[in-house]
Amino acid sequence: MPAKAKEFAAAKPFPSPGDAIGTGLSIHSLEHSYADLQTIDDIDLDVPAQSVLGLVGPSGCGKSTLLELISGLQDPVRGEIAIGDSTDAPGRLAHCAFMPQRDLLLPWLSAIDNAALALRNRGMRRGAARLEAGGLFERFGLAGFESAKPAELSGGMRQRVAFLRTLVAGKPVMALDEPFASLDAITRAEMQQWLAGALEADPRTVVLVTHDVEEALYLCDRVAVLSARPARVVEELSAPAPRAADRDEAVTDPEFVAVRERAMQALHEGMR
Amino acid sequence: MRRWLLPTLLLAALVGAWQVAASTGALADLLNLESFLVPSPAEVAEAAWSSRQLLVENGWVTLKEVLLGFMVAMVVGLGFAVVLHLSETARRAFYPLIVASQAVPIPAIAPILVVWLGFGIGPKLVIVALVAFFAITVNTFDGLRSVDPAAIKMMRTLDASRAQILKRVEGPTALPYVFSGAKIAVAVAVIGAVFGEWAGSSSGLGHQILYDNAQLQTARLFADVFVLTLMAMVLFGLLALVERRVVTWR
Repeated sequence: MPAKAKEFAAAKPFPSPGDAIGTGLSIHSLEHSYADLQTIDDIDLDVPAQSVLGLVGPSGCGKSTLLELISGLQDPVRGEIAIGDSTDAPGRLAHCAFMPQRDLLLPWLSAIDNAALALRNRGMRRGAARLEAGGLFERFGLAGFESAKPAELSGGMRQRVAFLRTLVAGKPVMALDEPFASLDAITRAEMQQWLAGALEADPRTVVLVTHDVEEALYLCDRVAVLSARPARVVEELSAPAPRAADRDEAVTDPEFVAVRERAMQALHEGMR
Repeated sequence: MRRWLLPTLLLAALVGAWQVAASTGALADLLNLESFLVPSPAEVAEAAWSSRQLLVENGWVTLKEVLLGFMVAMVVGLGFAVVLHLSETARRAFYPLIVASQAVPIPAIAPILVVWLGFGIGPKLVIVALVAFFAITVNTFDGLRSVDPAAIKMMRTLDASRAQILKRVEGPTALPYVFSGAKIAVAVAVIGAVFGEWAGSSSGLGHQILYDNAQLQTARLFADVFVLTLMAMVLFGLLALVERRVVTWR
């Protein structure tokens, strides 16, 4: 589907507040625990501005907790997370948009009003917010569905609206928590290619949590393999061809397959 | 229309059986009573028709008490629910007292309320609101709490304030629960109004029931009760209708 990628490449990037888009993310000596249960054990990660970092690890290893810490929804017990100059939770919250596992579209709002939520929360009038969010619907393959309720949309469309809602927030960092986990295999592959195109057109600093190694290596520049709880980084890998226009070709390339095998091996090591 | 068929048939069968049992005197004999104490549906209908003006006038008085009392209950009930939801301290302080308020025997405090507030509509509104607010508060409170925590996290990263989370996520989530509470509330509000009138009033269907009881006007007594029942059912139906219009996403 290279046509889609071209379509994205031709599109004007979505306007975002100032040079904030050029903000990276760094994590130093991060530790976290709930009561006596240690969930994160000494993690160091660096995500340069406008690059995509994947986090893969076994279920329940603390990936989602890590995302919540990054987003500023929680403060870590020890260590530091910095988005640009912001190290405190409210500062990170202001610079990071979070896309949850399930789409969590509000069923009483139309697709366009769901997409425009962040603008409305900042006090923009409904008409102006709809105009701004609506400008992206065509590019996201959602033209004509502006006033559809979430229940009337397919799983893939709902996920695209959820991503649009995160993008429209206009924040330099996006935290995506297994965005395609709920989709069937075919829709999922399509959505991965779609997201690759969207990120090429609108580069952001992204942290993507997934348990799908292939998805991580296709979408991300670098992938950190996490161990079972408490999570630590087992290995950090560079993806051979991040967000290539042809997904099927990219994921069957021998080099890609080799890196995928190494990642799988690291996952197994981390389980021990 | 089909769903009305079964209840209509059942109702017709019950009324028919009652008609036969009462008009032949079988029911009165069974209860060992004078037959005028056991009116047949036809006699109740006749009493309702001949006293129609009386029933409409008193019905209107009671309807006003029910509607105004219900509105007070909605304001108080929703207010409590939001306060309980927003403040842990308020929840600990108020919730036990709100539950306790439902253990208060209305017939015991109704006469005192009449002494305090007079024979007008005041004490009726207090009693209606007292019996009706509880279902609204409890249901709305549960509804506000039923929100997916992940949705709140998502809203926080989209720069939502506490008030915006309440307005855009928690409020709409709670709306079906609000209607459940309101439907229960409007049905008990009718009983509340009757209790209020029993404590002291010169009009209303509750007052009419007392009068007809004392005068052994049994047929009209049944007619009074019938109008009250109809009132509760119509109000319930109206709320269900509004709910279907408003809560379109369920």
